[in-house]
Amino acid sequence: MSATLGPKLALARAVGAVSRVRGGGGTSLPGKLLVRMDSSAIAELAARLPRGSVLVSATNGKTTTAAMAASILEAAGISLVHNQAGANMAGGIASTLLGAAGRSGTIAGELGLFEVDELWLDRLAGQLHPRVVVLANLFRDQLDRYGELETIAERWAGTVRAGGPAERARLVCNADDPLVADLGRERAQSDYEPADLKRERAEVGGVPVQGDHEPAAFELEQAEVGGELAQDAHGPADAHEPAGVLYFGVDDDSLALASMAHAADAKHCRRCGAPYVFDAVYLGHLGHYHCESCGQRRPSPTVLARSVVLEGVRSARFQLSTPDGEAEVKLALPGLYNVYNALAAAALGVALGISLADIVAGLESTTAAFGRAETVTVAGRETRILLVKNPAGANEVLRTLALEPGCHDLLGVLNDNTADGHDVSWIWDADFELLVGRVRLATCSGTRAPELALRLKYAGIEPERIRVIDDLPHALAAATAEYPASGGGRLADNAAKQSPTGEGRLMVAEESAAAGEQPRAEESSSRLNRAAPLYVLPTYTAMLALRELLVRRGEADSSWQ
Amino acid sequence: MAVSDLKGRTLRVCALYPDLMNIYADRGNLFVLQRRCEWREIAFHLSGSGLDEMLDGEAHDIYYIGGGQDRDQLLCAEDLVGGKRKALHEAASRGAIVLGVCGGYQLLGESYTLGDNQLQGVGLLDMRTVREPGERLIGNVAIEVDLNGEKRVLAGFENHGGRTYLASGATPLGRVLKGHGNDGHSGFEGARFGNTIGTYLHGPLLPKNAWFADWLIATALGIDVEALTSLDDSFENAAHASARRAAGV
Repeated sequence: MSATLGPKLALARAVGAVSRVRGGGGTSLPGKLLVRMDSSAIAELAARLPRGSVLVSATNGKTTTAAMAASILEAAGISLVHNQAGANMAGGIASTLLGAAGRSGTIAGELGLFEVDELWLDRLAGQLHPRVVVLANLFRDQLDRYGELETIAERWAGTVRAGGPAERARLVCNADDPLVADLGRERAQSDYEPADLKRERAEVGGVPVQGDHEPAAFELEQAEVGGELAQDAHGPADAHEPAGVLYFGVDDDSLALASMAHAADAKHCRRCGAPYVFDAVYLGHLGHYHCESCGQRRPSPTVLARSVVLEGVRSARFQLSTPDGEAEVKLALPGLYNVYNALAAAALGVALGISLADIVAGLESTTAAFGRAETVTVAGRETRILLVKNPAGANEVLRTLALEPGCHDLLGVLNDNTADGHDVSWIWDADFELLVGRVRLATCSGTRAPELALRLKYAGIEPERIRVIDDLPHALAAATAEYPASGGGRLADNAAKQSPTGEGRLMVAEESAAAGEQPRAEESSSRLNRAAPLYVLPTYTAMLALRELLVRRGEADSSWQ
Repeated sequence: MAVSDLKGRTLRVCALYPDLMNIYADRGNLFVLQRRCEWREIAFHLSGSGLDEMLDGEAHDIYYIGGGQDRDQLLCAEDLVGGKRKALHEAASRGAIVLGVCGGYQLLGESYTLGDNQLQGVGLLDMRTVREPGERLIGNVAIEVDLNGEKRVLAGFENHGGRTYLASGATPLGRVLKGHGNDGHSGFEGARFGNTIGTYLHGPLLPKNAWFADWLIATALGIDVEALTSLDDSFENAAHASARRAAGV
């Protein structure tokens, strides 16, 4: 340990302790302080991780992908230092490292597993010296904060290309996301790659690979990960680890959408600028594509999902194919987006030499990450929290929801705090039209609740089924109060189309708040529909506020640990 | 014009580059025009005109162009000036609405200067845009506009790197109440010349300002706003109030 870091760690720790006592969640506060005191603290602490660090970045699914990766690595017996609560900028990662750092200069964990904010990847890669970087996707997200997608792609390119802070990391890229795959191809073609590797774009285990997975190194790493810790004392990103790219993707024509979603992005080839032609679209702009101008094609993935079966809002299964063989994976998480998250985590496992059995076991035992498809019980009612924060993520949640039969009760919570993005324009890019005819009652809450309500109205949901309750506690109470299943006279039979004069009215908070005073479901009469879950669609800070509320009320039987 | 005369009328809207110039959920504007026509039994016809596609300056009542990523905006600027300039001038001169939002607004001007590059604009609005060093102008915004003798508020969100400077032939669309506006210091936002309107209030401008949607519909059909059937706008008014609150107005 450097002579100077120790006291700083102690001070930052003490501040964290005080903050916790005061009830401030502030997971990143001690880390922020530490980085302020010592700008190289992250680098110094990360260098103590005997197996180095791996990073996961994306606009969508970082937290879930990292949770799946953690589950896989733990199944393989590797102890982790992991920012599992999703604090993914410098402060959060420094806090995580600080929490694992012992007083004697040791660190409680072998491998760092960090989800990293897409705009922090370059800076954090420069300090964490990752051995693997997972670039999972780039969707339209918080344009006011992040700027255009191509700007992010450009920064990522600078991070992973020769001379960049992650030049020595092995890359795991989504083959189905053209913008991300282009980064992998630029890397594979960069001068860094040794010439002999370029010729060796052969095959490992009969599976075509792109530039990396030089067999000897691959086997060496498998031995390493399973082997003794002592021999692993070398630093991360050793010179013998070849720079290369491992792709993952989906091959399943039955999933192809009729057309590309409106909010799809990344439609142009980075190499020549021509528009990509999509042969199949799976999710947003993810799919199979080629460039008719320069011939660029989707790379063949090494880690692949086939025969995908989506089982409503509960689960999904697919056939996983890796260089080690094939296996069926049954995810306890719903939707194609979670199949992509699982593929990213599996590919990270493959890049680290984890066995197929451990990968499958890890994926199958992953439950919902913090606020992502998490199920809680509120006032006796099953409540599923489905984070929505940008059009692509929202569309997948809506698509998954539409797979569930029947009409649903929803609580949408639209906030415009900094972490959500101050710009709520994105709700008009999300396809709420998917819910038309499927909504029993939608409660809209949050700092911009009336604008969400308007979006639902223009999607074609009857105004009679939409109410606004700005205040979240009231909205939650009203939404979880079970709705009379048979008392649908006002709602279920209300086929009144929006007429020029408009039957619709906006329920005001005072009026609806009374619903919050209804008895809890356990005490209420049997005419209530107990079976129907409530689906909560919160933005990021709304999800945090909601969880805090549930924990404070002691009502959440959370499946998240 | 009597209300009943509107039945059987059609509002014909053309979205320019709907696949490329849509980055801030511009389709919200089209949804609002469509629904508010349908609820009044005014037929709504939407068509698109993309790269290398013909644009008919006679066939539409509203021409809409939204915002795009830099790369896409560059592609569209070339196509617009090369292939659609004449049609847009024809449309504007016969009184059709030409509405440019964010990047689309910039393209309606004389030019857009990005470093050493100068893109030619369509030249419908007497203004120039320059990408200057410095922060992008981002945030909630509210402006006061006076379209025909009545002061109203438009609320929205702006996010632009370019600064737009109006020359003598264009008047500002409005006065900035909160936010940055055209260049961050003039106190003005947007530009207007006849029925050609440009604004930095990007993406879903009309959902936050249903009254402006109705003004566009009425003006495009050549009638007074009062002649439109009134709708139950409780949701719309609440959304407008919400956007104004966000801007602090």
